[in-house]
Amino acid sequence: MTQETPTETPAETITETDRLRRKTRRFMFGAFGVALLAFGVIAASGINNNLVYYWTPADLRANGDKAYGANIRLGGMVAKGSIKQLGGSAVEFDVKDATHVVRVKTTSVPPQMFRENIGVVIEGTMTRAGYFESNRLMVSHNNEYKAPEKGHPMDRKELERMMKAVEQGNS
Amino acid sequence: MIAALGRILILASLFASAAGALLGFAAGRSRSLDGLNWARRFAYLYAGLIIGAAFLMEYALLTHDFSVGYVAQVGSRSVPTWVTIVSLWSSLEGSILFWGFVLGAYVGLATYFTRGKYVEYQPDAIGVWLSCAAFFSFLIAGPANPFLTVSPAPLDGPGPNALLQNHVLMAIHPPFLYLGYVGMTIPFGFACAALLKGRLGHGVLKPLREALMLPWIFLTIAIMLGGWWAYEVLGWGGYWAWDPVENASLLPWLTATAALHSIMVVERRGILKGWTVTLVQATFLLVILGTFMTRSGVFNSVHSFTQSAIGPTILAFLAVALLFCIGLLAFRIDKLESEGRMEGAASREAMFLVNNLLFVLLTFTVLIGTVFPLIVEALNGKQMSVGRPYFDSMVIPIGAVLLFVLGVGPALPWGRATSEQVKKALLPPLATAIVFAAVGWFANIRSFWTLLTIAFGGYAAHVTLGQMFLPMLQRMKRGEAATTAFVEGQLSRGRRRFGGYIVHAAVMGAFIAIAVSSSMRQQTELHFTKGQTQKVSGFDLTFLGADQRSEPHRTSIVGRFAVARDGKPVTTLEPRMNQYEGMREPIGTPDVHTTAGGDFYLALSNIDLTNQTTSITVYAAPLVVWIWISVVVMGLGALFGLVPSRRRAAAASQVREPLPEGATETA
Repeated sequence: MTQETPTETPAETITETDRLRRKTRRFMFGAFGVALLAFGVIAASGINNNLVYYWTPADLRANGDKAYGANIRLGGMVAKGSIKQLGGSAVEFDVKDATHVVRVKTTSVPPQMFRENIGVVIEGTMTRAGYFESNRLMVSHNNEYKAPEKGHPMDRKELERMMKAVEQGNS
Repeated sequence: MIAALGRILILASLFASAAGALLGFAAGRSRSLDGLNWARRFAYLYAGLIIGAAFLMEYALLTHDFSVGYVAQVGSRSVPTWVTIVSLWSSLEGSILFWGFVLGAYVGLATYFTRGKYVEYQPDAIGVWLSCAAFFSFLIAGPANPFLTVSPAPLDGPGPNALLQNHVLMAIHPPFLYLGYVGMTIPFGFACAALLKGRLGHGVLKPLREALMLPWIFLTIAIMLGGWWAYEVLGWGGYWAWDPVENASLLPWLTATAALHSIMVVERRGILKGWTVTLVQATFLLVILGTFMTRSGVFNSVHSFTQSAIGPTILAFLAVALLFCIGLLAFRIDKLESEGRMEGAASREAMFLVNNLLFVLLTFTVLIGTVFPLIVEALNGKQMSVGRPYFDSMVIPIGAVLLFVLGVGPALPWGRATSEQVKKALLPPLATAIVFAAVGWFANIRSFWTLLTIAFGGYAAHVTLGQMFLPMLQRMKRGEAATTAFVEGQLSRGRRRFGGYIVHAAVMGAFIAIAVSSSMRQQTELHFTKGQTQKVSGFDLTFLGADQRSEPHRTSIVGRFAVARDGKPVTTLEPRMNQYEGMREPIGTPDVHTTAGGDFYLALSNIDLTNQTTSITVYAAPLVVWIWISVVVMGLGALFGLVPSRRRAAAASQVREPLPEGATETA
């Protein structure tokens, strides 16, 4: 980017400045490469530590020990008859998909629409005590999402879409 | 009838743009002035046709002609007229048509204002503009056709997405975003033309810079409006969540900002030419990538209102544009000869380079975090996203250094500087930095990054204000009265400089407001029964009760709250739950009490009309309003700098850098 040909300098100075310039340039490229590498490493580890997984109860069970402590956005349906008020704003309930059920405890205030048989997304992590701990409970805002027929398990595509669609932030 | 006429207009615009693009490139090769004139005529023709098509759609919307496909999809007789007007950009097909409308306006105006100038670059630039136009006309004519005929025509439609109806900001945010996004096509055309010609002369820098600055202003305001909308509507008390759709608007803004700075180095020193055109091209590519991300349904976020099958088409266009850019750069970048060289590390141009590297680093950070989940999903089908802490932990340090460079850069002279000069320039602002940090400390701020941001902001404030009024002070030293010195030195001459420093001062304000408001934010969840009063963040909050209110297109449950401080009533806040027709779930709308010192923000979690109870989340954050104000000032400062001043008209005829041998400049 900084190449030019000085025209009115004596010959020996040209080679001198040229050598110097080549040296500086090599140094600049080296420094740039090192910086880029460092940036890449930092960014990669940053991403790796902050991945949020979109899982259904079945995915969560399938991932076994990986679920403990991971950032998970769990999507599923609130099982019928499972909602239990724990006092304050805390609530306990079961989230299910076609095959699996996960017990959830959340400290977040349930949103207006929260009830049985509704699709929810819960953000949090799996504890070794066997329940999913969360401080964030969301009901999808997506108006294209249709309520599943009563008693029918939700279909996978719908769930994935819902998990992505709920509002982010506030972490 | 209207549908058929619309389809004809779109097809004609496709023909006009394709023919004009070919003519433009041909005229660029043959250097034929006749060819150029014909290309310009086709550009005007394209602009007229596509603008006509957009107006036709507005007419169909306003007259509720439900035989037009798009009207049947988003129109409704029960929504207010303003909602009907903005329905044009409320759904995919209409928004692509709106894109065409904006592109038509830009291409028409750019062709008009560059008439008879930059003859060397104009044919290719028109060729590039009209190629992009042809692609979008193709999208409108085929995959995203809003002018399909519906038969039999329904009597009424569902109305646009309720989230869009929920706040008036949503009526103005998309136009600004489109004006920003689409406008990046114009500088892209100039950059490609420069590469095709293998020369970036001094004359073409002015249109390149101005064509970049105008959409940059719109994009800046659009990003702010989007954040403000999220803040006022979504009810989580924040305005930026590193959501893919938000990132899509930020990415081209970052590279465009970098390019605006590197153009100045090209103007002053004749270096960084290839780098500058690369940044301009990257900006356009990121615009197309952003369009792909938001318009194809690969991401679902709270902001993405449409999904459709146009994704692959846009992706194909992105691939073609990317290959075109890489090819151009590979074959032509060496031809953009430098006319000078970097003099030293402690010079202003070196600081410009650091600024550029930081912006590119930011771009990569955000790009990787946004695209990574997409790539993982494409490769093994696993669904995930990159969490907010990644973005925060990467962007905050880079942003802080950027703010520091914003202070250091303008303090340093161009070219070589002695160490004595450097010391004299860089040491005094440290005092202001310390004063600022001390004020922050006494205001109970303990977050390291916030204090650092405030200190760097103080440093930058010292330098910026000193530089900003330099012309005026010099005049006053020569004995001019303060008012004449201000009018002459700041307003009528040197507007670009003054405008630039206004933008810098506003950036500083925005950085400090963002840092302070996010690190000092308090969040409380409360449960109320009617008549109950609770203390929160220094306010006494009383729940007065819940009411139901009906409007034609929605029913709302409103929670009324009295806010008092030290026994004195402050205001009444009414956060609400809106139930729109045809939507299963209600949408909450928070209510905010805004003062210069800070915001007090109430959002309903749930509300019970029969028992008169409610759960709410209360957010209290200082200085939030200054974020919006600062960004508006950024836009105004840049706009002020764009208005031609008398001195610049004179300076344009003076060539500061020697032209390459044998070159003829037509500016």
